[in-house]
Amino acid sequence: MSDTKYTEDHEYIRVEGNQGTVGITDYAQEQLGDVVFVDVPEVGAKFSKGDEVAVVESVKAASEIYAPVSGTVTAVNETLADEPGLVNSDPVVNGWFFKIEIDDASELDGLLDDAAYKAHIE
Amino acid sequence: MAGADSQDLLQTPLHDTHIAWGGRMVGFAGYAMPVQYKGIVDEHHHTRNEASLFDVSHMGQFAVTGADHDTTARALESLMPGDLVGLKPGEMRYTLLLNANGGIEDDLIVTRPAETDRDGTLLIVFNAGRKEHDVAILREKLGDKLSIETYFDSKALLALQGPKAADVLSRYCDLPQKLSFMNAAPATIEGLDVYVSRAGYTGEDGFELSVANEDAAKLAELLVSNDEVEPAGLGARDSLRLEAGLCLYGHDMDDQRDPISAGLIFAIGKGRRVEGGFPGASKIQNLISDGVSEKRVGIKFEGRMPVREGADIVDENGDPIGKVTSGTFGPTIGSPVAFAYVPTDKAKIGTELTALVRGKPAKGTVTKLPFTPANYVRL
Repeated sequence: MSDTKYTEDHEYIRVEGNQGTVGITDYAQEQLGDVVFVDVPEVGAKFSKGDEVAVVESVKAASEIYAPVSGTVTAVNETLADEPGLVNSDPVVNGWFFKIEIDDASELDGLLDDAAYKAHIE
Repeated sequence: MAGADSQDLLQTPLHDTHIAWGGRMVGFAGYAMPVQYKGIVDEHHHTRNEASLFDVSHMGQFAVTGADHDTTARALESLMPGDLVGLKPGEMRYTLLLNANGGIEDDLIVTRPAETDRDGTLLIVFNAGRKEHDVAILREKLGDKLSIETYFDSKALLALQGPKAADVLSRYCDLPQKLSFMNAAPATIEGLDVYVSRAGYTGEDGFELSVANEDAAKLAELLVSNDEVEPAGLGARDSLRLEAGLCLYGHDMDDQRDPISAGLIFAIGKGRRVEGGFPGASKIQNLISDGVSEKRVGIKFEGRMPVREGADIVDENGDPIGKVTSGTFGPTIGSPVAFAYVPTDKAKIGTELTALVRGKPAKGTVTKLPFTPANYVRL
């Protein structure tokens, strides 16, 4: 059973147990346009909620991705190095950026649920 | 992302057309302009393979008129280093507006109209963000010699660019069979008066079409009704010009930058390099004879990480030796490409350089410009 939460900056975190999978939403990829590069963090790196953790680059600009919760990076999506376009074509399933071990599950409560995120982008 | 409606932005005559075509509007040089329609990369490739229509109506079109060609050209030559006296009717030339230190106030294109009854008039296109500044300089320095008429609020400028541009335009006029690159002539297209020049900012064959504001949307819709033509925005215009090796004012050069280190010596007439007679001439002549300490180069980087404006070029110790002034991922090249200023001894083609992006090294090689071959048509 997984549960997806969102930040106001258009990151999603799909939560399974104490693991979260982080990427950007379909709305965000649409706004960014063609993604040409994703600068992912290193496995083992620790971040606090709100830290800059990755950068997604389109032809036009670089955009920072912030950690939705505090934790430790346990995996990064190596496929993006060769296929950054997955962020546009499939942002939620195959275009994820990294997985994070969540320090404090209560931080998830401050994030938006599906309905609240939909309202946020309307 | 910067929205276009929150600011006090000017609109081009094609504003409603952009909205109808799904343009994503952003603020640029005080205007609401489309950064893209369907997507920058698609629009970039479409321009290289077919033909794209760009709205460049924000640019500063105007005319200067004196007693005859020689009078007008000589007056402009007092501010610009191009050989303007030598322009034949219908010819266009890229040159620079210089200041007393030899710095670049703007880059521009001067056209001598082909029509004999307009002898004494030269048409000029300046950058959008500099046009008011430039016209103020011209009025101050040349206002007593020339009459200066701006078209900022009366004329639009469309750019039809790409290998299919000539085929498309041939359906409406015979100028694609007559005009060589950097030449211009008037035409009537479906009853509209259009000034056509074979020029552009993409490295491809193409045309710029100057037209009255009230006719602009009709002309744009007519051109886009051709199967080969799609609208394209400022995003693709930027990646196209970068691959084509073309400078952007305010980024790759500015009022502190001389034309020689910028790699723009071709904007200075050959005779004028010797004779001078333009602002900063002695300084620029010294740079030509003695050499420059740094130069603008093209760099192609390994991998996919874009190296953008402001990134440092560093030596083996990580100390900065140069700076990137424009950079992006080049969709046609398939690699990150950039312009940077580096010390002259690092400017040779093939020199390996390192840029720092967010503290990470990006390895690149000084590459001959343009990155993509220029496909200009000379008849």
